Amino acid sequence: MDVMYFAWVRERIGVPKEKIETSASTVADLVAELKSREERYEAAFSDLSALRVALDQELSDFDAPLEGVREVAFFPPMTGG
Amino acid sequence: MKIVVQDASFDFGAEAQAFSDAAKGAGAVVTFSGVVREADTGAMAMMEIEHYPGMTEKALEKIATEAVARWSLTDALVIHRHGRLVPGDQIMMVATAARHRMAAFEAAEYLMDYLKSRAPFWKKEILEDGRAKWVSAKDEDEEALNRW
Repeated sequence: MDVMYFAWVRERIGVPKEKIETSASTVADLVAELKSREERYEAAFSDLSALRVALDQELSDFDAPLEGVREVAFFPPMTGG
Repeated sequence: MKIVVQDASFDFGAEAQAFSDAAKGAGAVVTFSGVVREADTGAMAMMEIEHYPGMTEKALEKIATEAVARWSLTDALVIHRHGRLVPGDQIMMVATAARHRMAAFEAAEYLMDYLKSRAPFWKKEILEDGRAKWVSAKDEDEEALNRW
């Protein structure tokens, strides 16, 4: 699936987007898998309360299942307006 | 209903006039525009606004559609810029048209409250000395949603 990062999450991970092969069943499982891969993911995902997640461009939450999802995005709380 | 996400600047006066001219049947038009202000600490050289292409437009459409339905608006407009802006630049505007003013005012406030916290934009302040800082979301912005 495509995994996208925005704002300081993107800066900590170092790329705006990447393809990830995973069998994670929920968003939280995907986060745990990424954190175990490399230090930069640990740095980005250390405090999940400071993060938001969107699944196929709809706001979701960390307990949500990933089955059928094509695009996951992680970002800090939004600051529009 | 018109939703625009762009990096180019826009003509607030012309947009407001066109929106008002098209608002047949409405007795009230409310407009709001957001302007880049100086950073709270230090002189700000620039503000960078990042967004999530695709999701941004969908989120704004959803918010505007809800406002139109809830306040029986005859029309609604949202323009939001992204990219590099300097203090004094217009970031965004909303306009609402309704039969009566209360609905137009309330719907404009609703649009602003929701697009601040539910549309995927992120602001970064770049100071004149080169330091950069992501703007943090405020608790009061999240709490503002509770009144709706």
